[in-house]
Amino acid sequence: MATESKRLVRPFLPALPVAKRRRGRLVLPILIAALVLLPVAILASEMLHPSLEMWEQLWATILPRMLLNTLLLILGVGVGTFVLGVGLAWLMVGYRFPGRPFFERAMLLPLAVPSFVMGFVYMATFDFAGPVQTALRRTFGADLRLPDIRSGWGAVMVLSLVLYPYVYLLARAAFREQAARTVEAARVMGYTRAQSFFRLILPLARPSLAAGTVLAIMEAMTDFATVRFFSFPTVSEGIVRVWEGRLDRAGASELALLLLGIAVVLLLVERAMRGQRRYYQAGGRSARPTRYTLTGWRAWLPVAVCSGILFAAFVLPVGQLALWTIEHLTRGLNQSWSAVFGTYVLNTFLLASVAAGITVLLALIVAVGVRMRGGHFAKAVARLATLGYALPGAVIAAGILMTLAPIDHTLNRVAKEWGFTPPGLVLTGSIVGLIYAYVVRFMSVAYNSVEASLEKVKPSMEQAARTMGARLARIVWRIHGPLVSHGMAAGMILVFVDAMKELPATLMLRPFGMDTLAVWSYMAASESFWQEAALPALTILLVGLIPVSFLMRIGNDGHDVSTTH
Amino acid sequence: MRTFTLRRAAFLALIVVLVGFTFTGASAQARQIVNVYSSRHYGAMEAVFVKFTQETGIEVRVSQGSAQSLVTRLEAEGAQTPADVFFSIDAGGATLLAGKGLLAPVKSEVLTANIPADLRDPEGRWFAVAQRFRTIVYNPAKVKPEELSTYEDLADPKWAGRLCLRPATHIYTISLVASMVAALGEEKAEAVVKGWVANKPQMIDSDTRILDTIAAGGCDVGITNHYYLARKIAENANFPVKLFWANQADRGVHRNISVMGVTANAVNRENAIKLIEWMSEADKGQSADVSGLAGSNWEFPVNPAAKPSEILAGFGEFKIDALEFSKYGEFQQKAIDLLGRAGY
Repeated sequence: MATESKRLVRPFLPALPVAKRRRGRLVLPILIAALVLLPVAILASEMLHPSLEMWEQLWATILPRMLLNTLLLILGVGVGTFVLGVGLAWLMVGYRFPGRPFFERAMLLPLAVPSFVMGFVYMATFDFAGPVQTALRRTFGADLRLPDIRSGWGAVMVLSLVLYPYVYLLARAAFREQAARTVEAARVMGYTRAQSFFRLILPLARPSLAAGTVLAIMEAMTDFATVRFFSFPTVSEGIVRVWEGRLDRAGASELALLLLGIAVVLLLVERAMRGQRRYYQAGGRSARPTRYTLTGWRAWLPVAVCSGILFAAFVLPVGQLALWTIEHLTRGLNQSWSAVFGTYVLNTFLLASVAAGITVLLALIVAVGVRMRGGHFAKAVARLATLGYALPGAVIAAGILMTLAPIDHTLNRVAKEWGFTPPGLVLTGSIVGLIYAYVVRFMSVAYNSVEASLEKVKPSMEQAARTMGARLARIVWRIHGPLVSHGMAAGMILVFVDAMKELPATLMLRPFGMDTLAVWSYMAASESFWQEAALPALTILLVGLIPVSFLMRIGNDGHDVSTTH
Repeated sequence: MRTFTLRRAAFLALIVVLVGFTFTGASAQARQIVNVYSSRHYGAMEAVFVKFTQETGIEVRVSQGSAQSLVTRLEAEGAQTPADVFFSIDAGGATLLAGKGLLAPVKSEVLTANIPADLRDPEGRWFAVAQRFRTIVYNPAKVKPEELSTYEDLADPKWAGRLCLRPATHIYTISLVASMVAALGEEKAEAVVKGWVANKPQMIDSDTRILDTIAAGGCDVGITNHYYLARKIAENANFPVKLFWANQADRGVHRNISVMGVTANAVNRENAIKLIEWMSEADKGQSADVSGLAGSNWEFPVNPAAKPSEILAGFGEFKIDALEFSKYGEFQQKAIDLLGRAGY
């Protein structure tokens, strides 16, 4: 597997065998895994005393619809991202057409668009009162009725457009590794190009494709804001709804368990899809694939397809946001943005960088521990510590509140009893709770980056250091640190951007006065203040382009090698 | 060089962490401030607060959230809450909080003089600072006002495929249905909601967008708060949607209030009271120019001495459903379950 795919799917893949297992200490990694699991465990303990009444009530009311919608969303986004991601990846690896190197990179751009932003842009642009349908009615008559975008298919379309890059990235890497040799082998066997794709390349790439698709589905499943914009309530949305609407924490937590259950099932399906089989590429790094050169109108077909997707998933949202921002800044009836923009940028930057710093440091500790120890147990610890990516922000936030609030209240009670001034809500009322949520949620992103670069450190270096009597901490600081600093930097950037985009946990846990750009944008958008929502959304999106530009640099073939056909 | 990168990164992370903790805790010691939990999302910082700060030098810090989530939060924070003022778009939240002992009584002659008795808590735990009405809006090209009468009438099959409504997640819907439960009883209210559902309304989670859709011909009739229409009319005097005051022949149009209360554990209690008093003054928070609630958001003033803006006056006289605000919270819980049962 190429590095890019490892970054994304590492939790699914067994760690590479370390040359010689070393007796490192796993205490810290275990503690970190426990820290990550604690909120989930506390949440799960709710199961011991279920509120049957609430379940009855929910089952009689919104639960069936939420469950059905969640399943439809999983299916829809699964199919949508699979078709888009795999199709585009095969186009890039298997064919040669005008502008291919550009498109190969550009198709990653939608990664920078937060899904709820895409949601409100599409809503405002394509709903009945939006400019597109209005123009169509002007042309084709006022009675023109198109299917309502405020529905399941609208949500599926929007989420597929922002999430397909996950599948695309992994599929492209997998195809590239196989393509050259496999296609040649297939030709020898007399397969056509299509046959070799469907019969050989696709099945061979199955582990990566399953991983990418499950990743995309997880993201869709944990989303609550986009489906809310599209009036398509899912379980994720229901958690927030029960949390807020019924003022029922226990109820929300139990609903969260349901979602957790679905996530676990998904992961099991993914593992089953992968099976016990592992596919190896014979020989070393494969040669550049020979691409089939498309000519004539056929050459322009992929150009049209790629341009269309790129327009829909990136150019349109960015353009619309830019227009709104300009409108807001120039014409703006309400100039209140200037009073808060600086604060919100600062808050966002602060939260995201603290989250990035802490998460990557913890990830480094886990990764080093696992590396020094090796073995199944260590791998299991790493897998547990990075479990949070499969949990919706709302679930994590619920668990963390239930974990930290009692501590806070005990602290205050004890302080009062001993005659001190109560310290206030030091955990839940500060950024601690929120940072904790970010750490749990984004640990896997950080871990994968650190781990990928740690693999490049030769065991002989550690051995040499040990022979010279260096202690573990010193080895980490002097040998691993410098060598993995790139991985750490990449991890920090990824966590930074993810934290910046994060919405549900931020909404539920942000302390007083710590509103972020995402919160601001969501609040304004939910009142249809598109112009006001655009400024923070565009800011998030532009910062989000930084990690995307890094991703763009790796795994490309650069200029096409001339091929014959 | 590479060693430096890591050290620098670690060091930077540490600094940022430390700054983060001190920043959240200690930044507001010297200045005069008042912390507001607000469920109003009319811009990141409301014009009224900007004006208040200009006049009094007291900085207003706002944290927004849905009414329900703010109630949850105040409850969870208990005695340690940072909030001094609870500012809600819904009476239910305020009465619920008051019932839980999370809002403190305030005795203020200014407030008793400015706000009529039925618009504040007898014990002074909450005060309405603006009134909002959720009523029927329609496209005059497609609907004659004579065809309209009540919220309940919208359950009639003649409105099939012609309605735009707001989803059940929003407090506006919950509160309106709560008022129907209060007036009609649960059974009848549920039948009405089922009738709405049977008419296959378009569910749009934004009053503004409901108005846009009606204007564009996407549906004929909707239910929105009056000030969203006022805002549209302020932008475009010929906005092709009209307001109809619902239920005038019986209980009157559904009212809700923008309501403020001082939290039981307010650290800046003096400033909190100052803010609410300022909001209640006819020439300040109540004024019809942009610095007042009535002017910046087209809500109806509560202070009888304040004049509503011209656009509001244009909506005409109307009768108000006099349901006690203290009942809102209780009926809202019933309404939430009812909406779920009815498949809304």
